Amino acid sequence: MLELAKNPDNPMNKEVVFHVHGVTKIYQMGEVQVRALRGIDLDLYKGEFTVLLGASGSGKSTLLNILGGLDSPTDGHVQYAGGDLTRASEKELTKYRRYHVGFVFQFYNLIPSLTALENIAVVTEIAKSPMQPEEALKLVDLGDRLHHFPAQLSGGEQQRVAIARAIAKNPDVLLCDEPTGALDSKTGIVVLEALQRVNRELGTTTAVITHNAGIAQMADRVIHLADGRISQVDSNETRLEPSQLSW
Amino acid sequence: MQAIAIAMVIVSGVGIFIMSLSTLDSLYETRESYYRDNHFAHIFAHLKRAPLSLVKRIEAIPGVDKVETRVMAYVNLDVEGFEDPISGHILSLPDNSRGLLNQIYLREGRLPEPGRDNEIVLSEEFVQAHKLRPGDKISATINGRRKALTIVGIALSPEFIYQIAPGAMFPDPLRYGVLWIARQPLATAYDMEGAFNDVTLTMSRGTNEPAANEQEIIDRLDDILKDYGGIGTIGRQDQFSNRFLTEELKQQRTIATIFPVIFFGVAAFLLNVVISRLIRLQREEIATLKAFGYSDFAVGMHFIKLVLLIVGFGVIIGIGVGIWMGKGMSNIYMELYSLPYMIYVLKPKVIIAAALISMAVAVMGTLYAVYSAARLPPAQAMQPELPAKYHTTLVERLGMQRWLSQPTRMILRHIERRPLKSLMTTLGIAMACGIMMVSGFQEGAINYMVDVQYGMSQREDMIAIYTEPASKRSLYSLESLQGVELAEGFRIVPARLKFEHRFYRTALHGIEPDGSLYRLLDTNLNIIELPEDGIILTDYLAELLRIKAGDMLTIEVLAGRRITLQVPVAGTAKQYLGLNGYMRLESLNVLLKEGHSLTGALLKVDDRYQRDIYAKLKEMPRVAGVVEHESAIESFYDTIAETILFFTFISTLLGSSIAFGVIYNSMRIALSERNRELASLRVLGFERNEVAYILLGELALFTLVAIPLGFLIGYGLCAYMAFQFDSDLYRVPLVLGINVYAFSALVVLLSSIVSAIMIWRNLADLDMVAVLKSKE
Repeated sequence: MLELAKNPDNPMNKEVVFHVHGVTKIYQMGEVQVRALRGIDLDLYKGEFTVLLGASGSGKSTLLNILGGLDSPTDGHVQYAGGDLTRASEKELTKYRRYHVGFVFQFYNLIPSLTALENIAVVTEIAKSPMQPEEALKLVDLGDRLHHFPAQLSGGEQQRVAIARAIAKNPDVLLCDEPTGALDSKTGIVVLEALQRVNRELGTTTAVITHNAGIAQMADRVIHLADGRISQVDSNETRLEPSQLSW
Repeated sequence: MQAIAIAMVIVSGVGIFIMSLSTLDSLYETRESYYRDNHFAHIFAHLKRAPLSLVKRIEAIPGVDKVETRVMAYVNLDVEGFEDPISGHILSLPDNSRGLLNQIYLREGRLPEPGRDNEIVLSEEFVQAHKLRPGDKISATINGRRKALTIVGIALSPEFIYQIAPGAMFPDPLRYGVLWIARQPLATAYDMEGAFNDVTLTMSRGTNEPAANEQEIIDRLDDILKDYGGIGTIGRQDQFSNRFLTEELKQQRTIATIFPVIFFGVAAFLLNVVISRLIRLQREEIATLKAFGYSDFAVGMHFIKLVLLIVGFGVIIGIGVGIWMGKGMSNIYMELYSLPYMIYVLKPKVIIAAALISMAVAVMGTLYAVYSAARLPPAQAMQPELPAKYHTTLVERLGMQRWLSQPTRMILRHIERRPLKSLMTTLGIAMACGIMMVSGFQEGAINYMVDVQYGMSQREDMIAIYTEPASKRSLYSLESLQGVELAEGFRIVPARLKFEHRFYRTALHGIEPDGSLYRLLDTNLNIIELPEDGIILTDYLAELLRIKAGDMLTIEVLAGRRITLQVPVAGTAKQYLGLNGYMRLESLNVLLKEGHSLTGALLKVDDRYQRDIYAKLKEMPRVAGVVEHESAIESFYDTIAETILFFTFISTLLGSSIAFGVIYNSMRIALSERNRELASLRVLGFERNEVAYILLGELALFTLVAIPLGFLIGYGLCAYMAFQFDSDLYRVPLVLGINVYAFSALVVLLSSIVSAIMIWRNLADLDMVAVLKSKE
């Protein structure tokens, strides 16, 4: 597993996790039709760290929501591990999110009435083969903040709890929507380091969406989106450490 | 939807306020006008026989305005096709007149022709109960002689708004009627030509205001009538029908004060909760308005207007509902009592009060939230609110934590973070439960009264009342009737019981000490043994006279030789109906020095012979009337069934609207406040049911705590009402059956379930995508 993750560019080692084909998404906003995605074809590979880069309105969040089973495309197909997400029922999508996907959000979305540890336990209690919540918090360097409530944590700490919550169930994919969007650069780096560590050590397929081009350099692949289309795909020869990033 | 739920609570509050007060005003107004228009007398006296020449002496009493003498008697009636015994109260009417005082209200037909001995006017309730019409015939046994009488008119009388046969405990229009006949034939039948046995009078000062010298007139009249077999003069406030009506109005007043207070309290709480929430959601708009230069006052007014709009809407509908329910209630009262008409009164001040109280309560409840919104500096208002602060709860700190799942912890911590709101929500639901209990309580209390009175204390099947006191031998002729299993004699003497300066006019009962048909009970329903000498008083009477066992009671006998006795009080007995004194029959006869005489007998009979026994008793000239409880109780239940149904319907409506209003509103607010975290959990893979648990678990917890709390509140409300309803006529026992608790809990549970279903459906609309992109 780890070998594969370390050599994502080797075509022989590529196992497709997501197969996205001809996906379009049209929103009806009042009388105006918004074409958020206009025919996306994309494969994401196992263990890969992908950054989806684009300006706001480029369609990157819509794509992530469809990958995460929160939204369904107007047209096209999304296959996950051989199954068709676009044909899944509401119940199956809930199951999919519950057992296979870890989410990290721009605004953390922690449960304010639960401590750091409990925010993780709330997910591990319903997962199939989770890690210990304490273990997950140690992975993000918060082993000493177990019993703090969200209101007692800084923004960066809250986001790291959110990452720990996302990885604690040992998900197959980790989907992050602007994880550093609400943070200053210094705190942002700490959060990205946590994401990178998870990707490296656990081999979790990771997709991060951002409008911050600087982050792109830590990814295996960078997918550029503009106006609902993929405009460009870059592969990084060498991934930079988060501390080396400039933004 | 939430505005509708709030409006619903206000509608209920205003509705019940207007219903109660307008019914009360209508009853007072109707009674006043009825009394005034029909010259209801101020003072009433009954006597054995006095010559008409005595009227001059009565008229000479200072303060007396008009005097009217009558001939009256108790008779047995017969209606074809109806076999039960019927007792009647027959009164004389002056020629071509509805009477000088206590004028009858002729609903249909005409007055009897002067001198005609076969024409009567009959009370409307009786006519309706038997489906009779003018022109129909009934027969009466007048002074031992059976006579066919033609109904020529149907009437009501201010004297008989509440109609109860002497000796009976409940109104029974099938077995008791009032009839009026021309004076001359009635006088002839009872040897009252040139004489009278009943006198009523009005006092000169005003027609409806009792004058200050009422007691003086009563004493003077008592003095005059003493030599003519007077059995005591009473004022209007002691007149039986008027007494009952007054008690009923007192009950109405109690209800009219308790219920609206509860409803307005709940409405104020809900408004407060909703408006606070609304303001929190509109922080940014408020800030924008203020940044544009709107004043605090202008922003505050905006919310006040919103609140007043919802409340105003509720008030208007509430007034309509209140009038509808008030008219319904008034009509029920009109039917329940013999009132000729009902003047529905809705005083403008009641409407104004309802509107002002609602508005004031609503505005006060929201003022604080509005005040803090208006005061918010614009820059601060534009910032998102900080994450809410939570703590581990007491339950968890006590070591229960390891057994609690994370969602359960969320529930507990959320409740603990807003203790006041949680408490108010629980209290609101509990109030709904309490209100429900009040309606069940009335029915249960009546059942218990009947059970104790007629199941345990008075166990006879029928009572034969004699025309004149008779010797103990009279029992033999009763016992010899086929089907009579047991006959026990009793003696009832009218008397005035006095202790220190307090007195009470009632009846002294002489009963068999080891009889099995009439038994006195103590508070625990154990049988009290009658002492050889001494008197047992109804507990409430002892309280009224402030007399206790061992004290000497003064008894002024108001019949026969009218002697005054001193008798020690031996104890008290628990009784829910009436106030009486009890002695051994033998001891009473010894004290009265009138030999062994009885005024009636209690009979236990074989059911199969009941009809025959009635028929035979009717034929006995010495038997003035037969009272039978079972059918009286049945018909009483028929009479009040509609009223009870209406009350239950109204209180169920009100109780469930409170429960629903409180539950749905608090849940709806909780949903909108916690929308974000619930949607986040859905994103994390929680199913709708699992997310619903967090909201509905809280609701379930509130409901489960609220129900026992509601039982306590309901018990308190019922106790308060029972205490308020207590009078010398009856005491309402505080008996709450398991069914009362069960029904109240059921209504609350159903309201919870309906709210829960609606909330569960709302959960389907949680927008998972939106919450990921929004700030707190």
